[in-house]
Amino acid sequence: MAKHHIAAVVNGDPVEFLCEPGDTLLDVLRDALGLTGTKEGCSTGDCGACSVTVDGRLVCACLMLGVEAAGTSIGTIEGMANGEELHPLQRKFLEHAALQCGICTPGFLVAAKSLLERSPDPTETEVRYWLAGNLCRCTGYDKIVRAVLDAAAEMRGA
Amino acid sequence: MEALCEFQVLSPTSLAGVLEARTAHPQAQLLGGGTDLVVNIRRGIVAPAVLIDMTGVAELRAIRADAQGLEIGASVRLAEVAQHPGVVAHYPVVAEAAASIAGPTHRNMGTVGGNLCLDTRCIFYNQSQWWRSANNHCLKTTGEICHVAPKSRGVCFATFSGDLAPALMTLDAEVDIQHAAGKRTLPLRDLYIGHARHDGSGQGDGKHYLALQPGEFIAAVRVTSTPGLRSGYDKIRIRRSIEYPVAGVAVALRRVGDTLAHLRVAVTGTNPRPVLLEGTEALCGGALDARVFKGLDELVRDQIMSMKTTFTPGHYRRRVAGVLARRLVQRLFAG
Ligand SMILES: Cc1cc2nc3c(=O)[nH]c(=O)nc-3n(C[C@H](O)[C@H](O)[C@H](O)COP(=O)(O)OP(=O)(O)OC[C@H]3O[C@@H](n4cnc5c(N)ncnc54)[C@H](O)[C@@H]3O)c2cc1C
Ligand code: SF4
Ligand code: FES
Ligand code: FES
Repeated sequence: MAKHHIAAVVNGDPVEFLCEPGDTLLDVLRDALGLTGTKEGCSTGDCGACSVTVDGRLVCACLMLGVEAAGTSIGTIEGMANGEELHPLQRKFLEHAALQCGICTPGFLVAAKSLLERSPDPTETEVRYWLAGNLCRCTGYDKIVRAVLDAAAEMRGA
Repeated sequence: MEALCEFQVLSPTSLAGVLEARTAHPQAQLLGGGTDLVVNIRRGIVAPAVLIDMTGVAELRAIRADAQGLEIGASVRLAEVAQHPGVVAHYPVVAEAAASIAGPTHRNMGTVGGNLCLDTRCIFYNQSQWWRSANNHCLKTTGEICHVAPKSRGVCFATFSGDLAPALMTLDAEVDIQHAAGKRTLPLRDLYIGHARHDGSGQGDGKHYLALQPGEFIAAVRVTSTPGLRSGYDKIRIRRSIEYPVAGVAVALRRVGDTLAHLRVAVTGTNPRPVLLEGTEALCGGALDARVFKGLDELVRDQIMSMKTTFTPGHYRRRVAGVLARRLVQRLFAG
């Protein structure tokens, strides 16, 4: 199959890549662009390990085709910290020990950031519902929810 | 993970472009948000050679919702439907159904057209290639028999599980169906034929559960003004925050004084098509009393036929549908 030449913006930087029609955005990020922070858990939309934002919308990179990314602005976990300075969510995940093996963590962080952008003061229920598409086999979720609520409070300046 | 099959992707930006692409590739499959189709391709359930991406088609991305009516283009995303102030204010059943679909990522990706045309589901079907070949492919794919109903003689009973269809059906929605030669409009409820035949002449195979002819697609769905209607949607799922319905129920009713003046109830997640219960008019005209609830139970019992297509038994899903219908009617009537 002829490869498509795609131009997009990833974490603020313009990028160009070649992709097969059957490459998902997740394949492109990991294999063509070397951004392996975005993980593959299921490839079927069930686990959220591949969560990224596309033009500000939280999506599963495993369900979106690379060709659909043409002209979009994509946000991944690699764009979350400001240089060496961690994003408050990243810091709170560490403080609350909200991760064990860590494979789900990038997805949770990207999803949580997208929640706090639209809802800076979420209830616990809101957090749990928003993160419902992100599965974690290790933590039992509670510490993740605490970390997100704590980060939200800090970011509001509370 | 299995690789996706080889296909070509076309990305038209106008309706004319879609029609052109369809004419050039009659076997092409339409791609909405891909939240169901890409999964099915990944699992080797379908292997289209050409995909036409509908999400960039300008004419299909409009949504209009006010007291005068509701019109939603096929490529509008579910999250937009769920949050649209006009939908929330005037057509709550539609907003509630959209908000109950999958998780935030899927609602950001999934489209109205994709949800209305969602493939029917079954535990023997929504599985990996490996799983299905180890369990003898069933007749919805390449096999000979239905594992749910082995004596079905060529009929598939996989369940329609989309949440938007029942919500829109209680408002008597109609769909615009586009094809190369023009457009036709159909009551939404007639889009779903389940395992009837396309021409209505008896039993079909259940594999073609939509009344769409080859080359046709959904362009928009429309509701004319419904003043005074109270409506709502509820579903029971295994995980309350994200899951297809064990059963999903939409209700629209009108209350005049203490009289139930109008009642529409539609159910999803149970039959091979979403079911708009027939016979609800006969329950109207009086108070909301035991007679209405008994009648409603009977309608559910007679028209909801759940087969063992999920982990939850069919009779349980039917009971869930009845309970949800009763609860919703009570809640909406009370105001
Ligand atoms: C974890 C998970 C949970 C889910 N939970 C739910 C749920 O609770 N409720 C629910 O309803 N769904 C659920 N889904 C399924 C899916 O996300 C939604 O149904 C979604 O709305 C599908 O829309 P789409 O645009 O992504 O469809 P696609 O996957 O793009 O397409 C689905 C089908 O519709 C066809 N199609 C697309 N557009 C058109 C058109 N304009 N005209 C004709 N045919 C068209 C496609 O060819 C395909 O056959 C879930 C999915 C996942 C992965
Ligand atoms: S109902 Fe029968 S034919 Fe249809 S998907 Fe399930 S097992 Fe297959
Ligand atoms: S890898 Fe995309 S949701 Fe699991
Ligand atoms: S920390 Fe291991 S899956 Fe979440």
